[in-house]
Amino acid sequence: MDSYFSILFTEVYKILFLLVPVLVSVAMIVWLDRRVWAFVQKRRGPNVVGPFGLFQSLADALKYIFKEIIIPASSNKFVFVLAPVVTMTLALISWAVIPFGEDFVLADINVGILYLFAVSSLGVYGIIMGGWASNSKYPFLGAIRSAAQMVSYEVSIGVIIINVLLCVGSLNLSDIVMAQQNLWFVIPLFPMFVIFFISALAETNRPPFDLPEAEAELVAGYQTEYSGMMYAMFWLGEYANILLMCAMGAVLFLGGWLSPIDIFPFNDIPGPFWLIFKILFLFILFALVKATVPRYRYDQLMKLGWKIFLPFSLFYVVLTSSFLLYFDLLPGK
Amino acid sequence: MKISRLLKTVFMIDFVTGLLIAIKETFKAKKTINYPFEKGSLGTRSRGEHALRRYPNGEERCIACKLCEAVCPAQAITIESKERDDGSRKTVRYDIDMLKCIYCGLCEESCPVDAIVQGPNFEFATETREELYYTKEKLLENGDRWENILAANIKADSSHR
Repeated sequence: MDSYFSILFTEVYKILFLLVPVLVSVAMIVWLDRRVWAFVQKRRGPNVVGPFGLFQSLADALKYIFKEIIIPASSNKFVFVLAPVVTMTLALISWAVIPFGEDFVLADINVGILYLFAVSSLGVYGIIMGGWASNSKYPFLGAIRSAAQMVSYEVSIGVIIINVLLCVGSLNLSDIVMAQQNLWFVIPLFPMFVIFFISALAETNRPPFDLPEAEAELVAGYQTEYSGMMYAMFWLGEYANILLMCAMGAVLFLGGWLSPIDIFPFNDIPGPFWLIFKILFLFILFALVKATVPRYRYDQLMKLGWKIFLPFSLFYVVLTSSFLLYFDLLPGK
Repeated sequence: MKISRLLKTVFMIDFVTGLLIAIKETFKAKKTINYPFEKGSLGTRSRGEHALRRYPNGEERCIACKLCEAVCPAQAITIESKERDDGSRKTVRYDIDMLKCIYCGLCEESCPVDAIVQGPNFEFATETREELYYTKEKLLENGDRWENILAANIKADSSHR
């Protein structure tokens, strides 16, 4: 019994040690997003609450907590309440497999990348449930759009990941990082990195692909009927997902926790910091794209996903594998 | 599709150019002011919080002619008048419901003695509605507080009246 509890407590401690920083950084990332957006538009952004406005997200969260939760009378109440919980839980559990450094990962499982991919695919359920349970037109349309969009872009992300796996020969995320010791995959697989970045934008419903919540057409998409803390949970889940996509990009293409050059001042910085720098770099790119690019039309979005990204990434799989085969570079031989 | 156009699309030239412009703009000076800490300039005719003015000897300007009450499109002003001991007509009650007021400035324009004016203060938000039912005392106090600016504004604007 004692040993059971000691195992339980160490695990809970580890989970909290991971989740609390993730949640705090989600709050900070919302602030960063708004600041970058404001700076591009020559505004100031939130700069009053706390130093540089850093606590703005906390103030917002506090406000959401005290707001009333309105549940529409005609909604399916159980599913309506469940949807934001599902979104947020799925966004957070994926962090278990992200390696922050050598031996610094919560669950070092062999099929890490598959797990990550599966969980991020499940994320669409939260949105569909929210949109369907609201029993309202805009959320429903938003949920349909979102489902179609996320499924389409997951296909191309899957093929892109195959490219990386071909070069690594393992599904373990730590192995993927270690395989990049000599050369980050962003260099040989640069076109795949670009497509991964764009697909990640679509996958997380970020502008210019934020059609599920296109405010000009769908009010707020699947979030229309949500209020108070439930809305905030959707919002947290969305940003946790964005952060996760950035982490995934950093691990797959930018060498995870590895330092860019293996010389003195750089390789002395601990691994987690490098990963955080890379995640931040990718996120700032996300924010800049949000500030510059206008929203896509829905048919353009589908055309881009199915007719351009999917064939091109499939072609690149053939290219990568033939290259590896011809030069006898296949891993695991 | 022309080849040049195709290449432009494939290499996302337009997108990258836009991104670079965005990065460049990020480091330029801000176009907005840091509001609660620095404030923009106000014109002499800016229509903010109301004030009732006095003559330099301390006598109230208002003669209770009720022109402002009559002209007020939102019917926000309520005036009651009484003859004072020295025979002059003065208000005993001068209320403005700041929640009804639409800040059109007609009261100021209609006033023959420049008594009711709208000052430069626009930051008078309160936590309760009751605090925004302004009475004569509150308005006179406003007049005393802002008199310097109000007099200067009226003087600057006098050639247009």
